[in-house]
Amino acid sequence: MKVYDKLIFELSRPGRKGYELPQNRFEKNALKDLPADLLRKEEPELPEVSELDVVRHFTNLSSKNFGVDTGFYPLGSCTMKYNPKINEEVAAMPEFTALHPLQPADSAQGALELYYNLQKALSNIAGLAEFTLNPYAGAHGELTGLMVMRQYHISRGDEKRRKVIVPDSAHGTNPASAMVAGLEVVEVKSKPNGSIDVEDLKPLLDENVAGIMMTNPNTLGMFETEIMEIAKLVHEAGGLLYYDGANLNPMLGKVRPGDMGFDIMHINLHKTFSTPHGGGGPGSGPVGVAAHLVDLLPNPRVKKDADGKFYVESGEKSLGSISSFLGNFGVMMKAYAYILSLGKENIKNVGPMATLNANYIKESLKDDYLLPIEGACKHEFVFDGLKDKSTGVTTLNVAKRLLDYGFHAPTIYFPLLFHESMMIEPTETESKETLDEFIEVMHKVAKEAKEDPEMVKSAPHTTLISHPDETTAAKKPILSYRQLKANS
Amino acid sequence: MSKIDKTCRYAESHEWVRVDEEVAVIGISDYAQHALGNIVYVDLPEEGDEVEAGEEFGAVESVKAASDLYSPVSGTVIAVNTELEDKPELLNQDAFGTWIIKVAMSDPSEVDKLLDDEAYSKLCEE
Repeated sequence: MKVYDKLIFELSRPGRKGYELPQNRFEKNALKDLPADLLRKEEPELPEVSELDVVRHFTNLSSKNFGVDTGFYPLGSCTMKYNPKINEEVAAMPEFTALHPLQPADSAQGALELYYNLQKALSNIAGLAEFTLNPYAGAHGELTGLMVMRQYHISRGDEKRRKVIVPDSAHGTNPASAMVAGLEVVEVKSKPNGSIDVEDLKPLLDENVAGIMMTNPNTLGMFETEIMEIAKLVHEAGGLLYYDGANLNPMLGKVRPGDMGFDIMHINLHKTFSTPHGGGGPGSGPVGVAAHLVDLLPNPRVKKDADGKFYVESGEKSLGSISSFLGNFGVMMKAYAYILSLGKENIKNVGPMATLNANYIKESLKDDYLLPIEGACKHEFVFDGLKDKSTGVTTLNVAKRLLDYGFHAPTIYFPLLFHESMMIEPTETESKETLDEFIEVMHKVAKEAKEDPEMVKSAPHTTLISHPDETTAAKKPILSYRQLKANS
Repeated sequence: MSKIDKTCRYAESHEWVRVDEEVAVIGISDYAQHALGNIVYVDLPEEGDEVEAGEEFGAVESVKAASDLYSPVSGTVIAVNTELEDKPELLNQDAFGTWIIKVAMSDPSEVDKLLDDEAYSKLCEE
């Protein structure tokens, strides 16, 4: 494959362009009322390129991507399931894309109905009373959920409750979100199997507890079997239970967070509900709450009156606004399309199939890879590197070798509970053939590690870039074109 | 195999302590630097800061992870190795020869509670 590594700025030639604008009839007047100190004095440094330059540039760059559309992507904790193309078709409908957020609610009934129906569907799936779809992504949802928790205690005149209990195995965003929400983080230990130690939890539950944050199944993919006991203890102490929806996928159709005793949760639509991830996003992190917390949800909320008409309302008890308008609407359309395409019956198969796929890989590979926690997992599981440690081949080496075989690497070195963590989550959308192919390759890499460890350690051998200098990249990052030019 | 320095006492969180009368010199063990991988940033406290045994006093960031540093003893920070601001890699190159902070101990008996080289070596093998 040809190495393409140009920046679009390098293609730029003065005066070259790929557009033609109509004559500007307002040139004389447009800038006249702006204060002089707000006017820029230099031309912006933008690339000047032809349409063909742009098309080739981005097509070449895209060929360097690895995505769910290119191959198996078992990135643990990320739920890299297939993003059905019908989602995109629906989200591109001009009846929706041409809407303006400031137009009267009367003229945007369809969009409000979609928001309302998705909110209801998520409430049913989660066993909670109402969702706000306004948060922009998972971590934003966590922050919003914790603001609900805080607002709950403030509204009861119990402001001293600021302590949020977070398991030591939690996703890093949990303590981070609690800090940003102005709360204090207290760690609760996990037992060797990764689940919360109830005995360690008890002494933490005093009159300063705002609540606890949990994922269930937890970071190791194991179901917290003592959740009902934990919920009882936390509620008795006056705290609330927050459910991090990162691991919701295996629960779909089987267990509802609301039924487990959770009061607040967020969902990552880009994980469980098949909308694209990260850079391919944007994301969306709806937050759901139990009935006694609905008035605290962020403004605005979408409601339906007795005549079936939808309207937008801002309440006084609310914690305030956390986004402009109603959040990332395009993402909601994709998630709603996903829920409707699956339907009530099929959505119940998502959790069990995701769980079956994960267990199938786990059982097939545990001869070669060290499984620290035996027993059935949920949607994902963690290996502690290769079983045979004598070869010196690490988890990082195995992950890089997988690239040579056309697979994305699993999540590595997380969770921190083990030294050589390798977190694998296949999702329900992969066929048995793909899983078998992955299993075969993983066995092959284990064999290569024994027979030719140096070859595995120097992998990948087939990618355009093999071993980037991560240390220099972290210590002296070049983050802009201007910096690059200054450096060269 | 990672090295163990016999002149040091150790915390379970992988910091070493070398005692010079009332002063504790603190760094991270060879095992710790090896587990972290290439260290790219050290978050240091300031001179005069109070530290408490078992509480964090800074952090190290590697290409793999960010980890808090825990003080094995209580007291006042009297010196900070500012060379690490520009050369965090010193911790990888010579973990036992590179100190991070020096602490004037408020309770020198805390050192007796730390692991000796044999106990620490056993901990690393687990």
